[in-house]
Amino acid sequence: MKNSIIVFLFFCVGCLLGFSGEIKLDAHHISLYILYALMLQVGISIGSNKNLKQIVRQIRLKMLVIPLATIIGTLLFSALASLLLSRWSVFECMAVGSGFAYYSLSSILITQFKEPSIGLQLATELGTIALLSNIIREMMALLGSPLIEKYFGKLAPISAAGVNSMDVVLPAITRYSGKEMIPVAILHGILIDFSVPLFVSFFCSL
Amino acid sequence: MLSIICVMFAGMGIGFLFRKIEWLQKTEKTISYTIFAMLFILGISVGSNPLIIQNIGQFGWQAAILAVSSLFGSILAAWAVYNLFFKKGGKR
Repeated sequence: MKNSIIVFLFFCVGCLLGFSGEIKLDAHHISLYILYALMLQVGISIGSNKNLKQIVRQIRLKMLVIPLATIIGTLLFSALASLLLSRWSVFECMAVGSGFAYYSLSSILITQFKEPSIGLQLATELGTIALLSNIIREMMALLGSPLIEKYFGKLAPISAAGVNSMDVVLPAITRYSGKEMIPVAILHGILIDFSVPLFVSFFCSL
Repeated sequence: MLSIICVMFAGMGIGFLFRKIEWLQKTEKTISYTIFAMLFILGISVGSNPLIIQNIGQFGWQAAILAVSSLFGSILAAWAVYNLFFKKGGKR
C-alpha cells in the first residue's frame, strides 16, 4: 500500500509541475523510453526467476478465459454506464471502455475514428474522456490491487489492470496475487493489447 | 507495440543467461523506481495539457463513471471466472 501512495504522490507532483508550465519536455517520447526500461527490467526479473520452469509449466489453455472475462465485463458495464451519460451513445461508451486502460492509444484512435461522423469538437471531447477514463482505470488498478485481490480473488487485479497487467501493474499483481500469476498476467496483457485497436475501431464505426 | 513485447523477451533472455548474478535479482526495487518515474511523466503530460485541465470539471465525472464501471465490470467477470474455473480442482 505504501508503494501505491508514493506512486500517487509522484503523479500529483507531476500534474502540478506540468500545470505550472515550469517543465517543457516531450513527455510522450520520454514515457516511451521509460516503458522500454520498465519492460526490460520486468523481463530480467522473469528470466532470472528461480521458479521460471515451474511458471512456464503452469501455462494452460483455460487461461484464455481471463482476457475474455476482462473484455466481456468491461464492455457490458461500459454499455450500462451509457445509461448515466445521456450525452454519449452506447457504442461511444463501449469505445471508451475498449481502451482497457491503454489511455494513449485509445484516446488517439477515438479522436481519429469519430471525427468524420460527429465532428472534430465532439470527437476531441470523447478522445479526452477516453484518455482521462483510462488513466483513472490504470491508477485505480495500480493503487487498488491489494483491495481488489482481497475481495474478488487472485484474477481480479489482472482483469482490472487491462493492458497494464503485463507492464505497470505487473509488479503489484506479482506481490498481491502471487508469482504464479505472472504468465497469466503477461498473456492477458498481450491479448488485450491486440484487442484495443480492433474493439475501438469497431465501436467507433457503429 | 510489438517492440515493447520484444524488449521484454530480450530482458527475459538476459535475465535467464545471467541468473547466477546476484544483483540482477534485485529488479523489484528498480522496477518500483521506474514506475514512479513513469507516473511522474504521465502527471506532467496531464498537467500541461490545457484541454484536460480546462475541462476537468466537465469531462472528469464522465470519465470517472466510465472508468469505475469498466473496472468494476472486469473485476466481477474475473471473480466469476476465478470461482468457476480456477478455484476448485483446477490448479494442482
